[in-house]
Amino acid sequence: MTIPHALLALLTQEPKFGLRLKEEFEARTGSLWPLNVGQVYTTLGRLERDGLVSDDDGSTPSRKLYCLTKSGRAELDSWLSTPPSNTSPPRNELVIKVMVALSIPEVDISEVIQTHRRHQLRAMQDLTKLKRADDDLALLLVVDAELFRLEATVRWLDTCDARLRRGDALNVMQTGSILRPGIKSDEQETKNAGNRS
Amino acid sequence: MSILDLQGLSKTFADGDNTIHALRDIDLRVAAGELVAVMGPSGSGKSTLLTIAGGLEAPTSGQVLVTGRDLAELNPDERAGIRRRTIGYVFQDLNLINALTAAENVSLPLELDGMKAKPARTEACTMLERVGLADKVHRFPDDLSGGERQRVAIARALIGDHRLILADEPTGALDSVNGEDIMRLIRRACDDGAAGVIVTHDAQLAAWADRILFLRDERAIDHAVSSSSTDLLLEAASGSGTSGGQGL
Repeated sequence: MTIPHALLALLTQEPKFGLRLKEEFEARTGSLWPLNVGQVYTTLGRLERDGLVSDDDGSTPSRKLYCLTKSGRAELDSWLSTPPSNTSPPRNELVIKVMVALSIPEVDISEVIQTHRRHQLRAMQDLTKLKRADDDLALLLVVDAELFRLEATVRWLDTCDARLRRGDALNVMQTGSILRPGIKSDEQETKNAGNRS
Repeated sequence: MSILDLQGLSKTFADGDNTIHALRDIDLRVAAGELVAVMGPSGSGKSTLLTIAGGLEAPTSGQVLVTGRDLAELNPDERAGIRRRTIGYVFQDLNLINALTAAENVSLPLELDGMKAKPARTEACTMLERVGLADKVHRFPDDLSGGERQRVAIARALIGDHRLILADEPTGALDSVNGEDIMRLIRRACDDGAAGVIVTHDAQLAAWADRILFLRDERAIDHAVSSSSTDLLLEAASGSGTSGGQGL
């Protein structure tokens, strides 16, 4: 979520002070995305500069009452219907960890996968508790988004595990891993097969 | 006292001259108020664990204690009595009886246990109301949607004094929001004092549990515990190591 557009959305009903915008943003996202107040005023300053919000000429940012302008509303409507970028981060740290584990014969890759599966599930358990405690719709939607993201990682880890158990990993290794290119000796291959079967 | 206590549970099947291991040396204790999820790949022994915990089949070795009573030491009638009175079981394929209405399906465990039809049906209707089916009590399973049938099965598992709820993939093929409603019902039953075990491959469902037990190659390999259930885990695992996932 981009913070400027979230602030514009919070101004659609009525003018608000910066501090209240911060509080409402955090309340609606179940404190999953904390904002510092400086960040809010910096963002409001930029929105004002671009004519997307106006203020009532209060002397300092904290005394200003911010309103959404017509261009601000148009910008918000346009943003709502613009598809987000779907490019994934170029280097997913977890993928790299699993790849590295795969390339080191003495590392038990199943153990590495299970460790990360456990961490992901623990985070999911903690997030699910927020659902139990609060029936606020906005919070449920944010928590759902996080849960689906973590679940996707768990499913990827499950798939890694299943491929390793089936022996697909050996094919990867025979064609050379991205981190340790080259064909290993037969002796090493046999050892790896023994470790991972 | 644990409501469910599985000790050193193993299960093998004979396949010609070969012995197939379905479970090896599983320990699991579930206290009142606690919900445990069992996860693992297909064939890891999840469903076998549940059917043994529910007294539907016997382990090859090890003990199953339900509310402190060793199922192996009971005669078949006593075991059936525990299954009716203490254990609410949600089967993967629900096992609803098509010739009976929703209310009759739900009241069945009470009636089999000797309660008269009228009070049993009244109790069933109250339970169906709790699961959001107040207006469907006289419908037959075939006239209900998938989600509604699932709720009837949950109501049947929760009725009476079922202190142990066992559920095998309890949300079936439901979409995520309807599946979540089912999990909320099971979670609430546990919050109200029941002990629960669900078997699932769905991480979002498992995340409703206080503890997640991971099975792999018939063994318990690990567990995940939500932040505030650490104390429960320590209590459940007292006297045995927790690092390897055994002794849960």
